Amino acid sequence: MLTFNQNGIYCAQADVYIDPWKPVDNAIITHAHSDHARWGMKKYLAHIHAAPVMRYRLGQDINVQTVDYNQPITINGVQISLHPAGHIWGSAQVRLEYKGEIWVVSGDYKLGEDGISVPFEPIRCHHFITESTFGLPVYNFPDPATVHHDINDWWRKNREEGKNSVILGYALGKAQRIHKHLDPSIGNIYTHGAVDNVNKLYEAAIEPLPYARRIDSSINPKDIKGDIIIAPPSAENTPWLRKLQPYKLGICSGWMQLRGTRRRRGADRGFVLSDHADWGQLNTAIKQTGAEHIYVTHGYKSVYAKWLQDAYGLNATEVETLYTGEQLDEPETTGGEDAGI
Amino acid sequence: MRAFSELFTRIDQTTSTNEKIDALADYFEHADPKDAIWCVALLTGKTPKRTIKSGELRDWCAEVSGTPVWLLEESYHVVGDLAETISLLLKGSDGETSHALHEVINSLVALENKTDEQRKAYITGMWRQLGRQELFVFNKLITGGFRMGVSDKITIKALAKRYSIDENIVAHRLTGNWQANETVLDSLMSATDDAADISRPYPFYLAYALETAPEELGDVKDWQIERKMDGIRGQIIVRDHQLFVWSRGEDLLTEKFIEFEPLAKLLPSGTVIDGEIIPAKDENFLPFHVMQTRIGRKNVTKKSLMEAPLVMVCYDLLEHDGVDIRHLSLMQRRELLVQLIETVKEKEANIPLWLSPVLICQNWEEVAEQRLKSREYNCEGLMLKRKDSEYKTGRRRGDWWKWKVDPLSIDGVLIYGQRGHGRRADLYTDFTFAVWDGDELVPFAKAYSGLTDKELLEVDRWIKKHTTDKFGPVRSVTPELVFEIGFEGINASSRHKSGVALRFPRILRWRKDKPAKEANTKADLMDILRVYGGLYDVS
Ligand SMILES: [Zn+2]
Ligand SMILES: [Zn+2]
Repeated sequence: MLTFNQNGIYCAQADVYIDPWKPVDNAIITHAHSDHARWGMKKYLAHIHAAPVMRYRLGQDINVQTVDYNQPITINGVQISLHPAGHIWGSAQVRLEYKGEIWVVSGDYKLGEDGISVPFEPIRCHHFITESTFGLPVYNFPDPATVHHDINDWWRKNREEGKNSVILGYALGKAQRIHKHLDPSIGNIYTHGAVDNVNKLYEAAIEPLPYARRIDSSINPKDIKGDIIIAPPSAENTPWLRKLQPYKLGICSGWMQLRGTRRRRGADRGFVLSDHADWGQLNTAIKQTGAEHIYVTHGYKSVYAKWLQDAYGLNATEVETLYTGEQLDEPETTGGEDAGI
Repeated sequence: MRAFSELFTRIDQTTSTNEKIDALADYFEHADPKDAIWCVALLTGKTPKRTIKSGELRDWCAEVSGTPVWLLEESYHVVGDLAETISLLLKGSDGETSHALHEVINSLVALENKTDEQRKAYITGMWRQLGRQELFVFNKLITGGFRMGVSDKITIKALAKRYSIDENIVAHRLTGNWQANETVLDSLMSATDDAADISRPYPFYLAYALETAPEELGDVKDWQIERKMDGIRGQIIVRDHQLFVWSRGEDLLTEKFIEFEPLAKLLPSGTVIDGEIIPAKDENFLPFHVMQTRIGRKNVTKKSLMEAPLVMVCYDLLEHDGVDIRHLSLMQRRELLVQLIETVKEKEANIPLWLSPVLICQNWEEVAEQRLKSREYNCEGLMLKRKDSEYKTGRRRGDWWKWKVDPLSIDGVLIYGQRGHGRRADLYTDFTFAVWDGDELVPFAKAYSGLTDKELLEVDRWIKKHTTDKFGPVRSVTPELVFEIGFEGINASSRHKSGVALRFPRILRWRKDKPAKEANTKADLMDILRVYGGLYDVS
């Protein structure tokens, strides 16, 4: 029912694309990260919580229809519904059913609770399209609760040494997740403007976050002492950041699992906190779908597809060049979310 | 081993030099003395003998973790470090262990004479007990190369802090022949046993490349100008009528350099000379590679002794009449050095010690002219040393500078990219370059340094998008990008398809202005070879 063409993942029966990367008429968007929600579609369909971010990023005038999870709509006989992907708030898997055949496009996903998004919901299907960002057995992420605990400990220790704590995480999703689990009794929380903009959307759509101040011209950097600052990765090595000295730098990303990456990024601390499934989660998710046909997209495509064939006897194929971010290609330059940041 | 892996974590979790020093100094103070000395040994590259092969580790890890070998290999390519890959695949236990670092190292060394079953049982048994961070440390002990982001300088500073002694003294005490399982840190760092090791060299004083125009160094008369020889930096030591020849890499090479044997009798006991060991014949220096071939061999043949007799070009005198004179000024040391060599030459005219000539220059223009003549003398450039400088430890700015000649260069086309290692394991950072031979591209150099981090990322992305073929960690790419490759020397080589072997090739810049077809040709390389090439074939 679905095919892969030069524009993206296409359903001919419903004449609709999922996360297309070229301008098309009808697009269903799994989530609002920039490599999945792109500019130029005539009509968008997305989850109610993804739409505000899409409007903020792609323009208030985009034509976007919203639906909630598990609220099916039918287009030319194809029943289409969105289901929680647990990746970021408002992220969805897209389920398409036509004449008894079920496909699920999972977009990006992870298993388990993160405190800000509705947890991943396993859906039985025949064809499952999965990401493989962390599709190698060396990626075994620690329990997020421990990581949040470590972040607070780190903040406390830096504060004792009279230093600020700057923590870098992708502005959409990761930043709210970090923010929500900070312990405000330690000190003040500050946000970079790019993070604050998304936080405001989150608070309007979902719930308030712990009190934080946006760093703008009204704030004297000298008044920030022993506090924590949440900033996007693009803030690294900028004059903006230098004003916050003395500080310690922490980066939150699944890539921080590897020592080489940690050291290459020059951070004091790398916190292994990811919005993507690790090796174990990918395998669990795929088994739970019961799908026979697996299409592996961005990440360690070929390796992971081979593993699915060898270990589980699945009909797994890699799908070429769906999304731009391959591995660690662009974390420094664009902070693309497939860099897991 | 828990304290040691906690130390490792502490160091790994900071980029601040001072915090690393503090963590080390703490460890040296509180750790079991037998562990502390091993920590110093590991950090300064004195790794224990390796008793387990990489292949064994891979097989056992695949079995224990239930990972197919091909998947383990793929993971290793991404992680870039086998010890880390294994630690991540095994996950580690939650239990606590109480193995001391030195006991673990001794057990590992003892595996050499054990049966395969015993070796496997020990390693996999440890794997099951250790937590993740300890696992990594344990695997690093097996595979070697344990640096943990700590330079020799940091280790020295931490020891200086812990024992409240001068860094130069620490550095000196760390050199030489000590064995971690035969001493403890306290005695290595205490002055009393200084006499114990008569072979011990002094830490070398190294120069940085000149960073400014030479005029900014002030009056040329305050500087001693010498040629920078292209050989092996070394120290000749005579103590107790015994001779020791050390290289800068801290290898004891006395046996390989038999030309120096007579010096044991000719030089007074208590003499340490710093200089450059270099092949020379009939008053002329020969190219470096002539000596390289000889060092590679087990036995020195008569033929090589005839073809490439070695001399030391003496730069400096560090110990005189058994007294450490590094604190004297260069002028004073030079005077003593000149006297020493003249006295010895009176006894025996034909000794393999040559004084490094001091170039007389009235102004910096004359210095610059001398520098341009470097290649005629088979030299790399000039050394500028402040006349009142003492002999310091390690690489320092200020008093000594090297002013090298600009490297030779040629424009090559990028044809292969290979994944880097360690820090750069996820990037394509090792490149192979080719020149044109008619319509064909002939590889002539591999280089991995010289680009900025930003350029590296850009090239890495480009490689991933322009791959034509993959084999293992290597990708061949469409021949489009041109880079200027610099090198220090060139020799004919029948082993290389291009017919030449380059010395120290590196990337000078990315020629974004040049299309691939305008890169240099094999004929251009041959022209350079004719002008600058060595006299011998290194193949
Ligand atoms: Zn995403
Ligand atoms: Zn994605």
